[in-house]
Amino acid sequence: MSSNVNSVANTLKIALILCAICSVVISGAAVILKPMQTANQILDRNKNILIAAGMFDPAVNSNADVASMFERFNARIVDLDNGTFLSEEEALRLGLDPLTYSEAAAKNDPMLSDALSGEDDVANIRRRVKYATVYTIDNADGSFESVVLPVSGYGLWGIMYGYLALEGDGNTVQGIGFYDHKETPGLGGEISNPRWQAQWPGKQIYDAQSNVAFEVVKGGGPGMSQVDALSGATLTSRGVENMIAFWLGERGFGRFIINEVKG
Amino acid sequence: MNEMSKTILIKPIFKENPIALQILGVCSALAVTTSLQVTLVMCIALTTVTAFSNLFISMLRNNMPGSIRIIIQMTVIASLVILVDQILKAYAYEISKQLSVFVGLIITNCIVMGRAEAFAMKNPPIPSFLDGIGNGLGYSLVLIIVGTLRELFGAGTLLGFTVLPTVANGGWYQPNGLMLLAPSAFFIIGFFIWILRERNVEQIEKNEFPMSAHTAEKGAH
Repeated sequence: MSSNVNSVANTLKIALILCAICSVVISGAAVILKPMQTANQILDRNKNILIAAGMFDPAVNSNADVASMFERFNARIVDLDNGTFLSEEEALRLGLDPLTYSEAAAKNDPMLSDALSGEDDVANIRRRVKYATVYTIDNADGSFESVVLPVSGYGLWGIMYGYLALEGDGNTVQGIGFYDHKETPGLGGEISNPRWQAQWPGKQIYDAQSNVAFEVVKGGGPGMSQVDALSGATLTSRGVENMIAFWLGERGFGRFIINEVKG
Repeated sequence: MNEMSKTILIKPIFKENPIALQILGVCSALAVTTSLQVTLVMCIALTTVTAFSNLFISMLRNNMPGSIRIIIQMTVIASLVILVDQILKAYAYEISKQLSVFVGLIITNCIVMGRAEAFAMKNPPIPSFLDGIGNGLGYSLVLIIVGTLRELFGAGTLLGFTVLPTVANGGWYQPNGLMLLAPSAFFIIGFFIWILRERNVEQIEKNEFPMSAHTAEKGAH
């Protein structure tokens, strides 16, 4: 190598040219592919909502069916503290749009979420969003055919994200679906197994006193609020139970269910 | 294709396998081999990145100032990895979700950097490109073997299709949970290296630190 190649001027020149080329290529690719990536994310989310509501069977339906099936759902933002739907003016004032609002992004925004202290943090998620998007199928008389709630809770390795679908009574489970988790494949990862999820429909979340009674127990148990735990995945099973306890409780969707769904 | 190109392409598959002989890139071999489909996508991604990073770095090699050599290599590799990640997110979303951070971690995969520094810096672009593909294939061979064994015995499926019906799904096969955890990949890679070195005796390394013979203690009592 000649000394010319190793000179300071050449070093700077090569570095600048290389950085310029690389950044143009990367940002170009990011901009061009962005619409497809966003479409994929929305498709994936909508599909998981449909799976939770028991309307989408991956063995029968394909991705092409998602858009038409999802048309029946209305997306609205819920204020978890008041337990009511956010009015359109209120949502506009806060700059929240149910189609683009992301709980994941809101969780890092101190305006839209607050920290949970040890005792309140049943599901071990550290921060709770103040608003959440709820998907409903509405009946003509104002009641609901289906209410799909976003839920999340810490399992063994990380936070599990999913949707829980309830019937119009705000108590009976229609189904559960997880779209992101880090549980051990074959053990805790079985939360994604349709055979395990098949126990959920028909179970009751609340007891007669409107307390969360839902449990994940070894052997299943005879109760209307119990599903069988996953063998070899005690901590994941406990995580799922805590997740339901938190999100259907006072600090989760508990007030919303009393005010808007049951009422 | 002439003899030399062939050698460059084939050699890294068995004779100088990056995982089995050079012991590079073992980290991702443990992480992405629980299901065969994910393994295959990872293999394609890594082979592409290794081949093109070798190509570009070899093209730049004569104009590369020695002082920022490694930084230039990293920049090229990182750009390619981000590109692959973006394309996967757009065209193979479900798989990119499963691969999650491991596509990004190709940047730190020793095979890419190792081949850029060891081969591409000293050879013209075309042989470097072939060397990248060859090493990618060598990596793929090991990963596919590990992925096949782990998915088959850990979950009873191959590429998602049921081969051994598991007890949980009403069949007879009790899946081996160990296969789904990272240590099983260590065992499988260990056996693979053992078999390979039985066949290619020249791969067996000299014992650098032989244990000295046991000596009787003197004057201890």
